[in-house]
Amino acid sequence: MTTMLQIAGVVAGYDGSDVLKSVDMTVETGSITCIVGPNGAGKSTVLKTISGLLRPRLGTITFLDKPIQGFSPRAVLETGIVQVAQNHSLFNEMTVQENVRLGAYLLNDRARIDRALAEVEDLFPIVHERAHEKAGNLSGGQQRLVEFARCLMLNPKLILLDEPSMGLDPRTLKAVFDTVKMMQASGRTILLVEQNVKTGLGASTHGVVMESGKVRLTGSSAEILHHPEIGHLYLGGTLEDANTAEGSPPASTSAPAAQR
Amino acid sequence: MQHLRKVSPLVWLFAGIAFPFVISDPTYTTIAIFALLFAAAASAWNIFSGYTGYIALGHAAYFGIGGYALAIICQHWQIPGGYTPFYLVPLCGLLAAIASVPLGAIALRTRRHTFVVITIATFFILQLLSYNLRSLTNGSSGIDFPLILQWAPGFYNLPFYYVALLLTVLALGVSWFVRHSKFGLGLLAIRDDEDRALGLGVRTGSSKLIAFVISAFFVGMVGAVYSYFLGSVQPSFTFDALFDVAIALMVFMGGIGTLTGPILGSLVLESSQQYAALNFTQGSGGLYLIMYGSLFLVVILLLPQGIVPSAKALWARYQATHTASVLPDPSGSGGANPVARSAPGDGMGLATPREEAKA
Ligand SMILES: Nc1ncnc2c1ncn2[C@@H]1O[C@H](COP(=O)(O)OP(=O)(O)OP(=O)(O)O)[C@@H](O)[C@H]1O
Ligand SMILES: [Mg+2]
Repeated sequence: MTTMLQIAGVVAGYDGSDVLKSVDMTVETGSITCIVGPNGAGKSTVLKTISGLLRPRLGTITFLDKPIQGFSPRAVLETGIVQVAQNHSLFNEMTVQENVRLGAYLLNDRARIDRALAEVEDLFPIVHERAHEKAGNLSGGQQRLVEFARCLMLNPKLILLDEPSMGLDPRTLKAVFDTVKMMQASGRTILLVEQNVKTGLGASTHGVVMESGKVRLTGSSAEILHHPEIGHLYLGGTLEDANTAEGSPPASTSAPAAQR
Repeated sequence: MQHLRKVSPLVWLFAGIAFPFVISDPTYTTIAIFALLFAAAASAWNIFSGYTGYIALGHAAYFGIGGYALAIICQHWQIPGGYTPFYLVPLCGLLAAIASVPLGAIALRTRRHTFVVITIATFFILQLLSYNLRSLTNGSSGIDFPLILQWAPGFYNLPFYYVALLLTVLALGVSWFVRHSKFGLGLLAIRDDEDRALGLGVRTGSSKLIAFVISAFFVGMVGAVYSYFLGSVQPSFTFDALFDVAIALMVFMGGIGTLTGPILGSLVLESSQQYAALNFTQGSGGLYLIMYGSLFLVVILLLPQGIVPSAKALWARYQATHTASVLPDPSGSGGANPVARSAPGDGMGLATPREEAKA
């Protein structure tokens, strides 16, 4: 496997205070890499630093052997990285189709945009079915699909997903992760953030555990899932709890966010 | 229905062209000229404020620049009254647009609320300049336009009317074009959430500025024609603080961010105001302010989205109930939005990607 994205010694934060304190991680080409960690660990901040929404103070981010740290969001998009933000990231007042078209804002070739739209409509029928409805009127799960559709418009190489499972019922959640796998199967690399250790790592090939702005563990997702330390680090209990709680996800949000 | 939609703009255009032949009384064509000029300005203002959600309250500055530019050019080059000044109108719009580049860039460094205040400030600075740059503006006595002696009273309004109509059609055309372009999509995204727009690669700064400059260009041209029609420029009424209040009210009343709303709002409001001013002359200055205020309240209370969106919603509801009597289940209509939030919708939207993944 080759490395698609490499983050080395990244320090970044908001308004002068550092949230990420020297973060190192790699994302292998073709993998689904999952970042897990308690609230406030800096997971979203890592994604924002990659996508250019936040400039790192120190460190390097290398994508396909080229440095991209400090790039504008637009320049990052141009390299082939797209981000789906945490929370509802659609434009509520705009129609579903307008939202999806915005995913191809960088492109100038109208025919190419139309072609990309037709392709994502094939993958996500909802984009066609609800094309002229306000995006804000869709349910949470439907909005997620439209977000996925939008992020595929640029035919990205690397997709950053921030908590795709948030607020979804188990059935919808499964469908969302199936979609993530489908995107991987079509040749894309995925870096996602998950609160829910079991669901997240279960659907991934690689895992990264973060805590207090630092990376604590990296490895294959199976290694991470069975690492004895993760229970202590993250769940405040043992991993056995997580494994035996069949069906109901571990109560990750109740884990104390100690680093605040 | 589809067919009707394509034809109706042409019908309106034809009605606009025919109007002065049907109603040739100069009293009414004068009202129509003012109404059309406001329609053009409101439509242009909407390209910026309606689409980006940034409320600008200083466009009177560009109206004033346009008016003064034409007056100064005519005076300086001793251009005779008649058609020639009309050909200079685009140049006046251009001058207003050039002035709007630095002024807009400064104002747009801030986000929404501060932006409003800064636009108001730019207006007052320019009004002050028109009082004080005496060598250029002739101070508070202003500048007169050359008289148009060769046009008979019955003909006089016609050129102004058609120029005003042309400006309105152009502003509406540009608005339509922007609304249906990628650029316009970016503006709407900015209105919805600027940071998200940035994340999708929208050049938010330059997009906002371009929209601002486009609107200033048209408002400048309107200012030039308006002032030429009045016959003179003066700091107090060419740089008119109430201009922006009027424009904003017209756009809000018709439907901000819509294509036809600003046109409708200004045609209704400006013509009724002019009509009132003509017929109830005693204290008319105060009267129309009271009218503006009360209308604003009525609009905000009864039609918070403006006439055009409200009418559309009403029409959709009418259609829904109308088809309901034919079809027992009207679930596909706009009124069914709350239903869409329930689970069955989820299942439909999600089914195919899952199958796709297996294949
Ligand atoms: N826009 C912001 N401005 C200031 N501080 C922020 C901002 N966003 C995040 N932070 C701070 O940065 C730290 C890490 O936040 P981040 O969103 O990266 O955490 P996270 O791991 O994604 O948490 P969660 O699981 O809750 O999403 C937190 O302490 C948070 O308060
Ligand atoms: Mg987060």
